[in-house]
This record gives sequence, C-alpha cells and structure tokens, in this order.
Amino acid sequence: MKHLLSVTDLDAAAATGLLDTAARLKQALLGREVRKLPTLRGRTVITMFYEDSTRTRVSFEIAGKWMSADTVNVSAKGSSVSKGESLRDTALTLSAMGADCVIVRHPASGSAHRIASWADRDQETTGTHTSVVNAGDGTHEHPTQALLDAATIRERLGGIAGRRIGIVGDVLHSRVARSNVFLLATLGAEVVVVAPPTLLPVGVAEWPCRVSSVLDAELPALDAVMMLRVQAERMHGSFFPSAREYAIGYGLSADRAALLPEHAIVMHPGPMVRGMEIAPSVADAPSAAILGQVRNGVHVRMAVLYHLLAGATS
Amino acid sequence: MTDDRRGGPADAGTEQGSPARELLSAADVTRTIARIAHQIIEKVADPHGGGLGHTVLIGIPTRGTTLAARLGAAIAEFSGTTLPVGSVDATLYRDDLRRRPTRPLGATDVPDGGIDDALVVLVDDVLMSGRTVRAALDALAEHGRPRAVQLAVLVDRGHRELPIRADYVGKNVPTARDEQILVRFTEIDGVDGVSLARTIGTTGGAE
Repeated sequence: MKHLLSVTDLDAAAATGLLDTAARLKQALLGREVRKLPTLRGRTVITMFYEDSTRTRVSFEIAGKWMSADTVNVSAKGSSVSKGESLRDTALTLSAMGADCVIVRHPASGSAHRIASWADRDQETTGTHTSVVNAGDGTHEHPTQALLDAATIRERLGGIAGRRIGIVGDVLHSRVARSNVFLLATLGAEVVVVAPPTLLPVGVAEWPCRVSSVLDAELPALDAVMMLRVQAERMHGSFFPSAREYAIGYGLSADRAALLPEHAIVMHPGPMVRGMEIAPSVADAPSAAILGQVRNGVHVRMAVLYHLLAGATS
Repeated sequence: MTDDRRGGPADAGTEQGSPARELLSAADVTRTIARIAHQIIEKVADPHGGGLGHTVLIGIPTRGTTLAARLGAAIAEFSGTTLPVGSVDATLYRDDLRRRPTRPLGATDVPDGGIDDALVVLVDDVLMSGRTVRAALDALAEHGRPRAVQLAVLVDRGHRELPIRADYVGKNVPTARDEQILVRFTEIDGVDGVSLARTIGTTGGAE
C-alpha cells in the first residue's frame, strides 16, 4: 500500500488486514502505562489540514506519536497558504522537507488524489517517497473514518458480513457516508441509506446499497445505525424547510431509538449536533458507540501508518 | 513472527521437488515438549514453598504461543500447578521491518496478574539469529519488569547473530543457512512434526 486515498482501492482482504492490525495494536497497548511503540522511529508524518477538525487531526497525531514517528501539523491558517501558495507547491514543499507521509484534509473533492499524483511524479526526480493519506476531501471520501466505523461495528457486533447497517441523514454532503457505503459493502454488510430525497447525491442508485426515505420503517431491522451530521457549512440551498422539521423526520429521538433491536448500536462520526440529528439521551445511552468510535480512530490510524510506513517500500 | 522464516506448510519443500527430511515425528514432538516441561518444573520449583513460584509462560506468536500452551498443559499434568500462559507479539519491535513487506501482527495477551517480579519463560518454536527474541525482550519490558527471563525453544538451529542462548532446548539441529526448519502443530497445521527442507529461491532461511 503506497497511499490511502479511497476505500474503493481496498479489497476485502486489504481492509480486513488493516482492521486486524488495528485490533492487534489496541490489544498490544491495552493496560500499558507507557503507550509508545518504537515501530516508526525516524519517520516523519505531516498533517496538512485546510478544514477545521478535532478528532481526525488529533488522532492522526496521537497515532504517529504512539508509534514514535515525528508528527508535524500544518493548517491552512498560519501557513504560507494564507499568502497565496498553491496546494501543489505546499504539498511538494512538505515532501521536499522529507515527509514520509502527508495526511491531507481539503474542501475540494479529489485533492488527495492530485497530491498523490504530484508526489509520485516528484519521486522520480527527487527520490523522496511520500505516502498520501486522504483525511477527507470535500464531499468525496474519508477512508480512515469508514475504517474506524468498520472496526467499531466488528468489535461491538462481532462481525460485519451479513449485518444490516443504516446510514441516516445528509448523504449528499457526506464523505463519511460515501466511504462507509463502499467499505461496508466490500466487507459484506447490507447497507441502507436513509435520507430526504433532497439530500441524496446524483448517482446514489449505482452505490452498493438500498435507498429509503422512511427512517421508522428501517430501524427495527438494523444492527447498527449511523447518524450523519447535517453539514450546514456545505449547504448553499434550501434542502429542507427547517432544522425542526429535519429533526422530526430524520433525527434519532429517544422514541425512535426504541424501535431499534436490543443489540443494535448507535454511531455518529462526530461532531454531533445534539437535538438535530441525534437526541442527547440517545447519544449518551449504553447502545451508543460514539466514544468507542473515537478510541478506535487512534488504533485504525496507527494501523494505516503501519501499513504505509513500516514495511519495505516496494 | 515466526511464519515467514521457515515458510508456511503450504510452501514446504516437499511440494517443490526437494523432499523435506523429518527431524521429529508427532510422537517425538510430544515427548520433547514433555521433557522441556519437566526441565522447567525442576528449574523453577520453589525449594521452600513447594509450588512453582510466580512463573509465567509467554509465547512468541504464532507457533511459540501454541508451544507455550502445550508446555503449560504438560506442566499442569506433571506438577499439578497451572501456570499463567500468554503471548507477546514482537513484530512492532523488530529491527528488520524496513527490509520486508509489511508484516501482519500477532496476538499480545498478557495474563491477569501481569509479569512484574515474575519468572517469565519466553517460548518460541525455532531459535536462529536471536533477533526475534531480542525484539520480544523489548516488547516484554513494556508490559512490566520480570524478576528474570528464560528462553525455551523446540529447535535451536544455530546461526546466532546476537548474544542470546536458550535455557531449554528441545533439539539442537545443525543447519545450513539456506535450509528451513518447518515446525507444525496440530492446532495450526493439522499435524505435529518438525522437518528440514532446503529452500528454493531466496525467501526464508534468515530470520
């Protein structure tokens, strides 16, 4: 594995391999006072974030540090980006400084692919091998989020194949939804996307999932329900009449959560807008796996760094 | 990790034209494990208290873990004392990670009670360069501070690259570098046995 840009680059064996590594890393660090592994000593990991983020950026940084890599954070604010430097020049600058891995979040879909192709071309001239990880590109993909969601489902439900998983809400603007649909389908899950028709992307019919617009009809048969954040910052039109109306139709209230089977888990990629897509009591209930998702995020990102950086460069 | 140094059973020399020579039969493996178990009991027995003191068996995945479990069962049978058995994966501490494609990780499972102030018997199937054991010692140190660490192996094939030796050896086998020791356990490979094969090509051989 050279880059991690899209979950569609992963077949079932590769995805399972990453999840296995994440589980082993979690096990290896369990109960330890010193959470530090020497595995990536001397490797440099740079996070390059053009959008705000708490958990993704911090968990990548922690993942790198726990494996003894040197991690450096660059954000668009406070870097030369604010002076007008292009994405290409910033990326190649970081690569030229010797970054073994660049982790990118950018509002433009496809930006991680662009950076990876520049890095590959640059490698021919400089000999520097830089891996690129997509940490969210516009409304396209967020592969490590899908991997940590898969790790959480596997941990809490004992497996992924054959489980029915609902993804609910703003699918149109959600890279998390897109990555999850494809990864979970690759791993054999039955995925149901539930959203108001205005919040479904063009082409959703070709996705490996079923589409529904009635949440109450789907809930009783779900093993896991993943609530998506309504992405107000990406909404430049009127997709639904009001927040209240959205919450009534698609928010996971306590009454609605009661429709779920007893073993079902409630997930949310965060950040949550409590009272909008999820009721506070549901988010804090024992069936909620939300903090477990965050914990798994560190181990999954350690696994990604291990697979990208630990072995021989092919 | 021990799988790649001797190749899995699927790519054993037998299928590639060079016949594997049997070193230990299934019965020999059982006998050898019983002998190592007796030696461990003798060496760790507490002369005052009678029991086996705070002794923990820690296997190095994959087949070291199996061997540790077998030794634990044999020790329980012969001495009446059940020792805690666990495993510590050494992969993340290896010094050759950059030289090979990404290795899968093995299971780490430190028994309840930990290893602090315990006598840890580290268990692996084949001892060659000593590099896996070196990595396992580093991994072990992250989980606590044992009183002492000893090493038990089923086969010592020589070619040490580090000042490491085993305290309990099932069988010493002089080998050439391009030969492979193939250890099989029923739990993983469906059959017990140790054989020697000449490797075809350049994979394996070295640890």
